[in-house]
Amino acid sequence: MGSAIMLWPEQASTIASQIDTLFWFVTAVGLIFSLIIGATLVGLAIQYRRQSETFVPTPVHGSTILELAWSIIPLGLVMVMFFWGLFIYVDYNRAPENAMEVYVTGKQWMWHLQHVGGQREINTLHIPTGRPVRLIMTSEDVIHDFYVPAFRVKMDVVPGKYSYLWFEATKPGTYDLFCAAYCGTEHSRMIGKIVVMEPSEFDRWLTQSADRSLALQGRQLFQKLQCITCHHPEANNRAPILEGLYGKRVQLEDGTTVLADEAYIRESILYPKKKIRAGWKPIMPTYDQQVTQDELIRVIAYLKGLKQGETPPLVQQSDAPAVKDEK
Amino acid sequence: MSISQPIPTHDHTQIELGFLRKYIFSEDHKMIGIQFLFSGMIFLFLGGALALLVRLQIGWPYGNLPMVGNWFPASWGGKMSPEFYTMIFSMHATIMIFFVIIPWLTGAFGNFLIPLQIGARDMAFPKLNMLSYWVMWPSFILMLISFFVAGGAAGSGWTAYPTLSSAAMPDGMTGSPASPNSGTGQVLWLISLLFAGVSSMMGSVNYITTIINMRCPGMTLMRMPMTIWAMFVTAILQAMALPVLTVAIILQLLDKTIGTTFFLPPAGMAFGNWHTGPGGGQPLLWQHLFWFYSHPAVYIMILPAMGMVSDIISTFARKPLFGYRPMVYAIAGIAGLGFIVWGHHMFQSGMDPRLGTGFMIATIMIALPSAVKTFNWLGTIWQGNIQYTSAMLNALAFVSMFVIGGLSGIFMAATPVDVYIHDTYFIVAHIHYVLFMSTIFGIYAGVYYWYPKMFGRMMSETLGKIHFALTFLSANATFYPMHIIGVGGHPRRYFDITIYDTFQHLQPLNAFMTVAAIILGFVQFIFVANFFWSLFFGKKANRNPWHSNSLEWAAPSPPPHGNFEGNVPSVYRGPYEYGHPETQEDYLPQFEPNGPKDTPGGSH
Repeated sequence: MGSAIMLWPEQASTIASQIDTLFWFVTAVGLIFSLIIGATLVGLAIQYRRQSETFVPTPVHGSTILELAWSIIPLGLVMVMFFWGLFIYVDYNRAPENAMEVYVTGKQWMWHLQHVGGQREINTLHIPTGRPVRLIMTSEDVIHDFYVPAFRVKMDVVPGKYSYLWFEATKPGTYDLFCAAYCGTEHSRMIGKIVVMEPSEFDRWLTQSADRSLALQGRQLFQKLQCITCHHPEANNRAPILEGLYGKRVQLEDGTTVLADEAYIRESILYPKKKIRAGWKPIMPTYDQQVTQDELIRVIAYLKGLKQGETPPLVQQSDAPAVKDEK
Repeated sequence: MSISQPIPTHDHTQIELGFLRKYIFSEDHKMIGIQFLFSGMIFLFLGGALALLVRLQIGWPYGNLPMVGNWFPASWGGKMSPEFYTMIFSMHATIMIFFVIIPWLTGAFGNFLIPLQIGARDMAFPKLNMLSYWVMWPSFILMLISFFVAGGAAGSGWTAYPTLSSAAMPDGMTGSPASPNSGTGQVLWLISLLFAGVSSMMGSVNYITTIINMRCPGMTLMRMPMTIWAMFVTAILQAMALPVLTVAIILQLLDKTIGTTFFLPPAGMAFGNWHTGPGGGQPLLWQHLFWFYSHPAVYIMILPAMGMVSDIISTFARKPLFGYRPMVYAIAGIAGLGFIVWGHHMFQSGMDPRLGTGFMIATIMIALPSAVKTFNWLGTIWQGNIQYTSAMLNALAFVSMFVIGGLSGIFMAATPVDVYIHDTYFIVAHIHYVLFMSTIFGIYAGVYYWYPKMFGRMMSETLGKIHFALTFLSANATFYPMHIIGVGGHPRRYFDITIYDTFQHLQPLNAFMTVAAIILGFVQFIFVANFFWSLFFGKKANRNPWHSNSLEWAAPSPPPHGNFEGNVPSVYRGPYEYGHPETQEDYLPQFEPNGPKDTPGGSH
């Protein structure tokens, strides 16, 4: 339907056609109502124009039946829009379990994109068709917004927190990526591209541009930043072991529990004293300003996949190759 | 029940005041209203000029601007710079919203009409009223000065979202790392809006008190004209929402000046190799606080126009307002819902989707009271005897523009559609249909209608009709195509879209809109010419030139100090008795007794 109208960007994601259908429904309702009201207004304006100075119109003060009619009919229509919209909105916010994760960092005025496999991109994101992609996004400076018109998706990228967005591309091709939230002088030049490839082609691309996986880089950081000195079974119970932490609920000192998600792990690295785990002393130093947003993402990617018994031995620490600083 | 008017002890008919007391530091609500009208008109042209500069850049991006190019510094090479562009679109919105529309609707029309239409001699607190105008001047001056400070006036959008707006250099360094014009200019912007807020607050408590306490005998709540109902509800909205904006502004001001971190995220921010240091706040907090005021503010900017238009349509259709009570309930409904829909500006802000659902249902419900109002206006002209004055034409244009603006609002209420059109030109089209075209047509209708009462002379109908027709055409030509480029994905606040191949085909439309906007701008001079010509040479107006029913038409044109000669009038019926069966005329004013059963304060 999209290509029928020259101005409309093509549909290239699974949600695009759903959003467009709702859009056309709202448009149809809007057009019908504006035509009815417009025609009535013009019709009445012509029919009842002043024809004589002495004519006195019959005073009509209102009509309960009409008031009810023009409240209930729009109510029905907007309820249809609400539930229809809700249906899509739930879908839009719930990424499938098997989604491929990509980490996004926005900064003035570029996009950093990191794949789980460790491939890093700037301003271009390669993704396959037919596979849901979930973005985990944050900003280094001001609020940006990840906007892909052809996918009909848009989400703010906010400093200090993670926001999430998912989509599944349907058509290979190259699509525009815009920053939709005004982010300063060069806002309109925050240009990006989404390159959608056939799955087989994408796999080839992944292998070609593979560096060490994001988790592996995170593992090296985990050692380099000395996390391992305490978060280790041989460290005299100074800090909890982080194996299998991700996705569990963690018991805190004050009796509450918190879900160990990306946001929690990030906060615990930057501000360890904010949420103290029950049974542990608040001795961890802050890593605020010692790690970049991109490095944080790598450590988080490592911890997300860290399974029982996989904490590396302490001796490796000095052998770990220094992580290349990309700045 | 109405509360009786305190009987004036001194003679109101002739008190000779000096020029300064009469025209400048006046405590007379009519003069204060006229002052608001004049300062609003000055800023309308400033804000309009900024809008045209924005349109020039979008129509011919980065091009050498004919004529205008010569005004730019030589270092820009006759072209507009991105910093300048961000500054002018930010200041255009700020000036139009805070210095034109709100002061015109509540300051000018609210002040002028409230005492006259409820039969009071003045506002409850005349000195506070004078102060509410004069507090606007520090606001005006600071905003104008901000254009000339280092970095220029505020350039972080009228929404001033942190961290773009609030990031500040520590250690006494000036400026902001986020954007050159979110330094000193932004600080002045914040202080200026603090003053504007104080002015609005003074106005709104005054209006609420006056409407509750100062109605003349017989003026029950359900006999008040819709204008008064709208002003009353608007004043309540302002009084409840403004403190939140004031708090938000003070917090951002502290962030920018003494280094607090209300809106600075815990991890701080990195601009290249420079790090702000950790904060403890939340950038999203500003958005919640800001929209908690600014969404109701959208209704502050349209409800009074709805009230005025209701009065004008009823008068010129020579018909009672269709469904008076439903109209009152609809205004209250819009205002009530207006407090719980601010989150629809933030569907894409990363807030919890469960919260979004609540905002979605509340937002979509606003369609109902809006539909009730629209259909009741149609019901009012049905079977009428419509007189096409300039005021009536503008009022009917208000209705049709509100229909388009209202219906395009449903797109944003349906969240998944909003996901797509959020921050595109569709939003720009919507806000201008509601706040520019609806409200401005409402304001023009009000000026044409009440001008005889304000200045004792009639405006030229011929010029009025030419102005109306040209404004209607050029405004639609300017703003309607924005819907189309919006669904094409054209983001707003872009300095230059020609760098995107995707949008090349939209460029002719953009140029077309710019031409229409320039015409729209120049057409407004017809209005100004008509306004000032009529001030001196217009036909003298009698007391009730439109044969209207409400109380202001009982006073002489223009009304003297104290408004009504002798005692304040008494009210015997509602304000919309056109075609009343007990009279020969086609109207029966509120203030005229008709038979022995009409005693003041009697049954209604």
